[in-house]
Amino acid sequence: MSAPTTRRLEFIAVAFIAVLLIVVFPLLNSYGIISNFTLNLWGKYLCYALLAISVDLLWGYTGLLSLGQALFFSLGGYMLGMHLMRMIGDLGQYKKPIPDFLIFLGWTELPTFWKPFSSFPFAAAMVLLLPGLVALVFGFLAFRSRIKGVYFSILTQALTYGGSLMFFRNDLLMGGNNGFTDYKFLLSADVRDASTQRALFIATALTLVLVYLSCSWLSRTKLGLIQRAIRDGENRVLFSGYAAAGFKLFIFVVAALIASVGGALYVPQVGIINPSEMTPDKSLEAVVWVAVGGRGTLVGPVIGAIVVNALKSWATRAYPDLWLFFLGGMFIVVVLLLPGGIVSIPGRLKTWWAHRTAASAETATPVAS
Amino acid sequence: MNFFHRARRLLALAALSLGLVSHAADSARPIIAKAALAETPAQRITLISSLIGSGDESIAPLLAAWKEDALFVFTAPDGTKIPVQLSGDKDNKDAQAAVRIDNGQPLHFVAAGPALRLVASELAAVEHTSALRRAMKAVLDLLDLSTPDLKKRISAIQTLGFAQDAEKLAALQARQKIETAPAAQLALREAIALIGLKDASTDVKLASLKELAALHTIGSADALKAALKDAEAANHPSLAAAARLALNAVDRHLTTVNFFGTLFRGLSLGSILLVVALGLAITFGLMGVINMAHGEMIAVGAYTTYVVQNIFGPGLALSPFGFSFHLPGLNTSGWLYESYFIFALPLSFLSAALVGIAMERTVIQWLYRRPLESLLATWGVSLFLQQFFRRVFGSNNVQVSSPSYLSDNWTFNDIIFGWNRVFVIGFAGLIVLGVWLVLTRTSLGLLIRAVMQNRNMASCMGVRTERVNMLTFGLGSGLAGLAGAFLSQIGNVGPSLGQSYIVDCFMTVVVGGVGNLPGTVVSAFGIGLADQSLQQILLNPVLGKITVLVAIILFLQWRPAGIFVTKSRSLEG
Repeated sequence: MSAPTTRRLEFIAVAFIAVLLIVVFPLLNSYGIISNFTLNLWGKYLCYALLAISVDLLWGYTGLLSLGQALFFSLGGYMLGMHLMRMIGDLGQYKKPIPDFLIFLGWTELPTFWKPFSSFPFAAAMVLLLPGLVALVFGFLAFRSRIKGVYFSILTQALTYGGSLMFFRNDLLMGGNNGFTDYKFLLSADVRDASTQRALFIATALTLVLVYLSCSWLSRTKLGLIQRAIRDGENRVLFSGYAAAGFKLFIFVVAALIASVGGALYVPQVGIINPSEMTPDKSLEAVVWVAVGGRGTLVGPVIGAIVVNALKSWATRAYPDLWLFFLGGMFIVVVLLLPGGIVSIPGRLKTWWAHRTAASAETATPVAS
Repeated sequence: MNFFHRARRLLALAALSLGLVSHAADSARPIIAKAALAETPAQRITLISSLIGSGDESIAPLLAAWKEDALFVFTAPDGTKIPVQLSGDKDNKDAQAAVRIDNGQPLHFVAAGPALRLVASELAAVEHTSALRRAMKAVLDLLDLSTPDLKKRISAIQTLGFAQDAEKLAALQARQKIETAPAAQLALREAIALIGLKDASTDVKLASLKELAALHTIGSADALKAALKDAEAANHPSLAAAARLALNAVDRHLTTVNFFGTLFRGLSLGSILLVVALGLAITFGLMGVINMAHGEMIAVGAYTTYVVQNIFGPGLALSPFGFSFHLPGLNTSGWLYESYFIFALPLSFLSAALVGIAMERTVIQWLYRRPLESLLATWGVSLFLQQFFRRVFGSNNVQVSSPSYLSDNWTFNDIIFGWNRVFVIGFAGLIVLGVWLVLTRTSLGLLIRAVMQNRNMASCMGVRTERVNMLTFGLGSGLAGLAGAFLSQIGNVGPSLGQSYIVDCFMTVVVGGVGNLPGTVVSAFGIGLADQSLQQILLNPVLGKITVLVAIILFLQWRPAGIFVTKSRSLEG
């Protein structure tokens, strides 16, 4: 198969899945064939797929195993969550115009930094700005001092850990342990309404398709080439005269933005955000999805996120005690036996088959001659 | 004038109390017995009040019994009256064993006859008026002042001092005359000075403030602040100045105590980090394996300590995965039970080392060339082990009790030194020494260093690198197990014990410089001290921790390869 044919095939597949997700699923849901619960669950998986793509963009394409993606994911979630909390208005438990947890902490009026979040455009801008800024500063410091490989992983893990410690604190005024929940309205639509959830699902699917297409385009540009060159031999890139740090910083920020948008879409669909979403464990879990799906491809993370989470939804209900054994085991098995993930299975089968036929042809040849 | 007058009165009172003390020291029982038989309430009050200053242990229960109408007078057939107390179980006639108040012996009718049993309702309880009860309370308040237990005595003195009740002054001064323990003497001086703050005369107040400035005890700060406020309100500059001086002295002392306390806590936290990170410095630093399950190795050690403790005690019932079995216990007690920790140490090392070796054989040996993937696979192992702990030991924390030789503390100049923490500091030193000896003085250490420096070359020279890898990983894991045994004495033991240390562990190793044991030592103490000082300055443990993390990230800007860089000509080095 030549490259253009694969490209066309890929395009057809993406278009097919896009239509399926953006049009068919919501339509089936509005006719009641797909339950609200199922649609909501899939909406969650698609948000996770965004997170997985952001991990893969760094790990699979640039060789940077970032354990900070859960931080960006939940920062995005928190930013939109703040707006959602403001939209509750005075419908909270205390019937006051400020969020319940602030009243619980003894506040009578809104802290200053909360005020602008009453506006949706501001909150939406913050979804991009805050995680982008954190990624920019951290990435600048890390790449400038050429922290790479394992050290990068450990430092991003520490960053995430520090972030979760901070958000667990009540006096950050971000809800502490319990985070944000009990949302009522988003853009004056009732969040709990089926039609709002459907619209959110469509928005998520649309974002995922757009992100997929942009990343796929990005990987074909020169930047994409350099990205993979950094992964395979950073020193050669440096010696060829490219400032690897700048490229890495760009990818790191882009990945943070993707994760953050995923988080912002996740929060209204799931209905809660709290600091436990921010722990290094969650980042590692996202890495499992990518590893299981197949890193270094764009389909892999999406498949991985959906498959592992579907499995989790089922297993945590069917075998709650064994799920972690299963997750841990899956991790070990994939790393040891299937480094290419699920997407590498067809290729492996093909090589195996070719090998087998070649071997049988070889054994057959002497007989024939 | 007034002062001298008061002083004379006090001296007289003190002399009186002193006399009473020596008199009461023989025994309190006859006095109480006499009081019970006394004719008038006034005589009773005098007799009971004479007990002030006595530390006899029989006083408290007897007076309590009196107040509860449980002190009786038994009239013998010959007319003699004997005060008694009834004790023990009632028999079928409601009778109980009678005990004489005056000597605490069972009551005999005839000298050689059987002990008498009496019925409470047939006896007359000894009466008590409210004035008598007040006298009793005064006795009880001052009772602990003379108890032979030093700690109890000091705490009683301090309680009296903080109450600042002038009525108790005489008793304190009386005690001061005969007190021999230096610690109690100090407490007495403090208490007397504290009471002096409430005195009417300015001279006494000034003298007391001077005394408190000299003593500069932390506990007197509140009373001094109140005194300062009063002096300012009364517009009395010399008193206010003296109070300020005393407060400053206390503040200075407090700063010193905090400084050394922080230093000690920093050292002990550093030692914990060191013990915890030393194993990682070997597996990660020397072998290049990112062992995310290192924390679980710590937990293996901690749980081993828990199991050993239970085997020395009553045994342990476990029901993992639907099976249930009971580990038999040795039911030891006393020092034998407390020595469990000595046995737990090597066993924690061994069990963690075995788990580590098993892990190396099954998972890690395939990943030496893929460090990032070793991170992922070992995280899988870590999830697996955590869930395993939950299934075997339950998801709640288990209780590991410290042996008494680790659970006490020394207080030196108001700085508290917990024995467990002192022990950790000492043991961290021993472990570092041990690891250093193993690495530099044994043939295993030579092989470890050879393999770590150049695997291929070592292999060519005939070193069985696989075996060395296995043993090195076992050593690293075993050290984590030892750390777990310690942590079980300091914090909670639960399935996620390891998770709370893993980030700190990696930070310690990275800051120290990977592959560099002295670097790990320096960075462990550095991080420990920084963490504790920041907690002290920011008054918030979490903020302190976050600041340390940020500081580490910034530090790595300055020295990306850690404190001590292992020099290498390799490009990727």
